[in-house]
Amino acid sequence: MCLGIPGEIVEMPVDRPDLAQVDVSGVRRAVNIGLLEGEELAPGDWILIHVGFALSKIDEVEAKAALDFLESIGQAYEDEMAALRESMIDKG
Amino acid sequence: MRFVDEYRDAGTARALAAEVAALCEPGRRYKFMEVCGGHTHTIYKHGLEDHLPEAVTLVHGPGCPVCVIPMGRVDDAIHIAGQPDVIMTSFGDMTRVPGGRGSFQDAAARGADIRVVYSPLDALKIARDNPDRRVVFMAIGFETTAPSTAMTLLRAEAEGVANFSVFCNHVTIIPAIKAILESPDLRLDGFIGPGHVSTVIGCRPYGFIAEQYGKPLVVAGFEPLDVLQAVHACLRQLAEGRAEVENQYSRVVPWDGNPKALAVIGQTMELRPHFEWRGLGFISHSALRLRERYAAFDAERIFDVPGGRVADPKACQCGEVLKGVLKPWECKVFGTACTPETPIGTCMVSSEGACAAYYNFGRFSRERVREATRR
Repeated sequence: MCLGIPGEIVEMPVDRPDLAQVDVSGVRRAVNIGLLEGEELAPGDWILIHVGFALSKIDEVEAKAALDFLESIGQAYEDEMAALRESMIDKG
Repeated sequence: MRFVDEYRDAGTARALAAEVAALCEPGRRYKFMEVCGGHTHTIYKHGLEDHLPEAVTLVHGPGCPVCVIPMGRVDDAIHIAGQPDVIMTSFGDMTRVPGGRGSFQDAAARGADIRVVYSPLDALKIARDNPDRRVVFMAIGFETTAPSTAMTLLRAEAEGVANFSVFCNHVTIIPAIKAILESPDLRLDGFIGPGHVSTVIGCRPYGFIAEQYGKPLVVAGFEPLDVLQAVHACLRQLAEGRAEVENQYSRVVPWDGNPKALAVIGQTMELRPHFEWRGLGFISHSALRLRERYAAFDAERIFDVPGGRVADPKACQCGEVLKGVLKPWECKVFGTACTPETPIGTCMVSSEGACAAYYNFGRFSRERVREATRR
């Protein structure tokens, strides 16, 4: 859970200013962006996600590096991605 | 060099390793603690110690959130899970952490409704969807996850989700580092500072390590090259007679952290007078609880929590591993009685635990080989 997972913003829903639609290794999920107050965010930007919340905005090079790290650790990353796929924070 | 070609920039890694060796004072030995479990993972996975001179040892710190949860808190959570109408939720790592009377998995087998969530917001959704149940989120983790719990609480309050509560076990990294610095068991020369925690708290809180204890701390990223650079920066400071806080991971970590994250933690939580850490014992002002204003969402106040203290199993040496006094393989039960499948201690449970990382990746590292040839 301490792992930061990089994701690329694909959509900023107009009706939910607290959420961004993010592509995380091909999985599209809603991520809460409330902790990035004051950051300009737009589709194409990369963020580092912890337990459903974006904690920092990063660049594409860093995103790639973070992803390489996560893929290198194997099972823990797969577990985290499996949990993320089950996550439904935008529904409700 | 074994894994150096796997590095993103093998040439830089080689040059850096040579510089690290050159910075070591002849005859002196150096011990640096990597505070964060993510770094431990990188070190074992990439056999990083193979690229460091004999004189440099990396020791693992307490920065694994699951590892430091004491058995008594697991028992408290299982007690709450056993109350009428309760759905207990937590992160996947937590479900296998042994308490005095088994883990969440054991409690679930006995009929408790325990659900794994990815985010505290998922727990809040379960509460919304099950208005006739009492949904408790077992919150664990350092400053990396505390803001998410705080944001979820604020959301629950705003929406008036009255059947949602938090069993708060958030811990703070600075008092743990201080406890290690005060421990007589270990003499450290510097620290590789945690990357993600620092995203939230920034670099300023580490100042006392340099100022009062005269030791360097370098906040680092998670690639092997990042960790090598941090070791290099620590050694350079020592060679130049400096002790400072440096930020090697400035591409992600702002010097002042994330002000919004700190603000929501402060709004919803306050420091406990003391909190027990598995293996490290009670540490003053080292954990967070919910503020009075959020009492209606505080599982510790809603449920009658036993709050008992349970001693770790005698065979388990997680405490020594968490303090960096023992290497994982030096524990008596490592890899025999204690494995990731049947963990006795928490360090073997979480992927961020030093024992699990070593068990999965590091078993053929330099030190092990050296150990074996010595016998």
